[in-house]
Amino acid sequence: MGMMRVGSRAVKFALVLAMSVSAMQAASAQKTQPADSSATSAEAMLQKFEKKITTKVLPNGLTLIVCERPEAPVFSYTTFIDAGDVNDPSGESGLAHMFEHLAFKGTKDIGTKDYAAEKVALAKVEAANAAYEAEYLKQVGRDPKKLEELHKAFLAAQAEAQKYVIPNQFTDIAERNGATGLNASTGLDETMYFWSMPENRLQLWAWMESDRLANTVPREFYKERDVVMEERRMRTDSNPIGRLVEQFLATAFVAHNYGRSGVGWPSELSQINATEAMAFHKKYYVGSNIVVAVVGDVDAAKVMPMLERYFSQVPGGPKPEDMTTVEPKQFAEKKVIIREATQPFYIEGYHRPSYHDKDDAVFDAIQDIMSNGRVSRLYRSLVRDQKIAAEAQGFSPFPGDKYPNLFAFYAVPLPGHTPEEMRAAIHKEIDKLKTTDVTDEELAMFKTRARADLLRGLADNEGLSNALAMYQTRYGDWRQLFLQLNRIDAVTKADIRRVANEIFVPSNRTSAEIDFAAPAATAHQAASQKNDGGAE
Amino acid sequence: MNIREQGSGIRDQKNRFRWSVVSDRVRALGRSVALAAVCGLVLSACAAAQEAKPWEKIPVPPLHAFHPQQPQRIELKNGIVLFLQVDHELPFVSGSVLIPGGSRDEDAAKAGLVDLYGMAWRTSGSTTMSGDKMDDLLAEKAAHIETGGDVDSTAVSWNSLSKDSDQVFNLAMDLLFHPKFDEAKLNLAKQQEATGIVRRNDDEGEIAGREARKLIYGADSPYTRQPELSTIGPITVADLQAWHDRTIGGKLIVSVSGDFDPATMEAKLRSVFEKLPMAKPLPPRHDTFNGPTPGVYFINKDDVNQSNIQIVGLGTDRHNPDVPTLSVMNDVLGGGFASRLFQRIRTQLGLAYAVGGGYGFSWDHPGSFRVVVMTKSASTVDATKQAMDVLNGLTTTPFTETELKRAKDNILNSFLFRYDTKDKVLAERVRLEFYGYPADYLETYKAALEKVTVADLNAAAKKYIHTNKLAVLVVGNGSEIKPGLDALNMGAVHPIDITIPMPKHEEAEK
Repeated sequence: MGMMRVGSRAVKFALVLAMSVSAMQAASAQKTQPADSSATSAEAMLQKFEKKITTKVLPNGLTLIVCERPEAPVFSYTTFIDAGDVNDPSGESGLAHMFEHLAFKGTKDIGTKDYAAEKVALAKVEAANAAYEAEYLKQVGRDPKKLEELHKAFLAAQAEAQKYVIPNQFTDIAERNGATGLNASTGLDETMYFWSMPENRLQLWAWMESDRLANTVPREFYKERDVVMEERRMRTDSNPIGRLVEQFLATAFVAHNYGRSGVGWPSELSQINATEAMAFHKKYYVGSNIVVAVVGDVDAAKVMPMLERYFSQVPGGPKPEDMTTVEPKQFAEKKVIIREATQPFYIEGYHRPSYHDKDDAVFDAIQDIMSNGRVSRLYRSLVRDQKIAAEAQGFSPFPGDKYPNLFAFYAVPLPGHTPEEMRAAIHKEIDKLKTTDVTDEELAMFKTRARADLLRGLADNEGLSNALAMYQTRYGDWRQLFLQLNRIDAVTKADIRRVANEIFVPSNRTSAEIDFAAPAATAHQAASQKNDGGAE
Repeated sequence: MNIREQGSGIRDQKNRFRWSVVSDRVRALGRSVALAAVCGLVLSACAAAQEAKPWEKIPVPPLHAFHPQQPQRIELKNGIVLFLQVDHELPFVSGSVLIPGGSRDEDAAKAGLVDLYGMAWRTSGSTTMSGDKMDDLLAEKAAHIETGGDVDSTAVSWNSLSKDSDQVFNLAMDLLFHPKFDEAKLNLAKQQEATGIVRRNDDEGEIAGREARKLIYGADSPYTRQPELSTIGPITVADLQAWHDRTIGGKLIVSVSGDFDPATMEAKLRSVFEKLPMAKPLPPRHDTFNGPTPGVYFINKDDVNQSNIQIVGLGTDRHNPDVPTLSVMNDVLGGGFASRLFQRIRTQLGLAYAVGGGYGFSWDHPGSFRVVVMTKSASTVDATKQAMDVLNGLTTTPFTETELKRAKDNILNSFLFRYDTKDKVLAERVRLEFYGYPADYLETYKAALEKVTVADLNAAAKKYIHTNKLAVLVVGNGSEIKPGLDALNMGAVHPIDITIPMPKHEEAEK
């Protein structure tokens, strides 16, 4: 039994990680309110949650959100940092993510046998790395012998610092105390830390989480950098869709950091140092840049003083300045073609404004109507009727939502069909959006499904903590999680047509495709070559 | 990004790049073979040296009393079992009918039949409503009805707002009892399946997972045989109908959860299922499981810079009384951050981002033993040797009380996440019913975990860990793997041909 394999083995791409398209959003039909709208209107839902949610902004600027949901004696939390790889300084792509890994390495109290001595040893590691790096980066006069010596010294300094380390003690304490789903993720826009635990460990968690936010120690940094290089190889270098998406974004954006590799370009990632990671921490891990949301079997009145006490130790400081770069208007269509021994694939994207834009909900409507399920236009057109694609969807925002980003479309050709056919068929559907209003039924369906999907997510501690922290960060108020329904309600057919005409124009387009090309024969692959050609 | 998946979740789930500290892939693997997390080897040496442990001073009060709500179980005279799990938190009702029989029971010459059945059943629709029309009607109500096939079962499931639940239930029952398999929808499903087949060698991880299973169970095993263009081609609408007729009379398990009145729901389910004839159980299976032929296997993929290494053997099933001990052993071996594999290969050596594994146990057949490491091409041999060394260490480096304690803490303190929602409790009960385990399985399992000793662990390692019976599969870039795999000193390297068989040209055209 196990997991249902609906759709099963048919088409599964690793690109889920790059672009998992979930339906979401919320809505209530605008003119024809369903019978039960009183219970599921934005205001009614909000009213219910107002009673469960307590927020508190601490003197250091950090925001705490506690949502009481005592269904079982457990809680989930999300720590949401309003900084991600988009904030990596030039030449240091992948830094935010490297810091995220560092945040699991312990603190001054956790993971060390003698912090005072370790601190001295870690300073020596940084000095040794700086000396090695300086020699390594010399374009003229690099001395291989000296480089080797410096590298030896660097390794020796690491070995010395390692003597004080108790590896993985931070995660060990958490897991021994029942932490489940322990992980973190770094996006281009934000960094999140999360796990779930039995409710009687709330205080332990608060101590640990606040400690690692305030007192991160850059231990075992350089081995962890090797680990992250492996992460890059797994997700990007050794994955056809990972490679394609990296090139696609690098081409679509000319100025903004959305075009830069999130995990980091190999040459930069491999030279990030702990000093840089700690500078990132100092700048971005300040109270005003952090929201912590807890959802579950917690009594806000009881626990808030305890949470305040712990999280007050996070350093205060001004909200970091926002970036100045705005992606300039695209005026020329761009195209990437990868020719390799991988089955064909097509993706294209159009620049769109950020989530702050008044039309944000209109993009949600377009996504839903074009992509959501078997009634969607792209499925019916490309998959069901023309029988040229196994999958076809449009989605946004991509690759982030905080800054102007992309509305993208992709299609997976059936055997024997080409990216060119995908492109033409997608454009035909886009043209329909531009020239003809969507139907009343489609618009109502979007609003109904969006609302139902929002509701469905509310019975999940983890998802809820994540959403509350995110909305609090993005809008300064978690209530927007529910109030977005009103923006969705306000979307009209004319809006969809107008936005489609504004955004989906050739000069605003970047496309990327994989064209199958038989590999050049080598000794290693003689056996598999026939197969690759045959599958075309 | 399966298009048939239900949209769900809250808005934050939007499309972003996410880089995380733990590989989802290995986490998923860890979960499927082990319980939760872990324990460590290196720690034992150091723990004593550390003076202050402030976290131990933080009070851990008794857990709030918790009695997970069990679903109501009703066994009908014909053998069909109903489960009702009321939950009024949100205005939704969902349900499913689980039907015994899955892809392991399909004709080998028609491999892929159950996949196609799972897809085409719903898209075809019923005798009274076409699948397309059903799509429209359900989408308008933000409701879902889906069908699907798995290795040992198929199912129809539904979900809707409570106000629509009667109508959606009736539609689902119509689909269950009066399907009308449609040629065009079968062809659509075949297209999907064919796309998966021709693309199955594009992704390194997919190749490694699939070929590792084939090494463990055999390429022709009902658990691993793969659909080919030649096996799905001849499948007809009549085949789907025959499969349906063959399985629908089995011992169905019907489960409904959410916002409903239990008496009304019971009456409704009885009116539908009570009149069915006596359920016929499937004949017992007599599969043989020999495990892999030991040795080193290699698949070349020249567009990657990382090797996917799978060290594999046969696992066991949950009837085995050693399973609680194996579960603890798995935590020590490869469950989480402090596990021996993670500590050595990732933390200590920086050789991999994704590393993990354990001795697997399935419900009614042997699971797989699997250790996975993904490392840059050049360190393939080194990482493989390190992983083998950790495995050998299970029998040569005795388990310690510290390791035992840590593993038990990990497993037992997170145990309640197996039943912290009403849906999880229901899913567990359905699973136990399906595989014929007692309803209190989790409790007895937990009690057994608590009793595991260091001596048990050492005995289990000796009994179950035989590295000379394991196969090593590497998928990677042969031109970059230096030293080569012969440096493993495990005998000749056997290349595996993963060529996708193509049918005659005229068939491929379609």
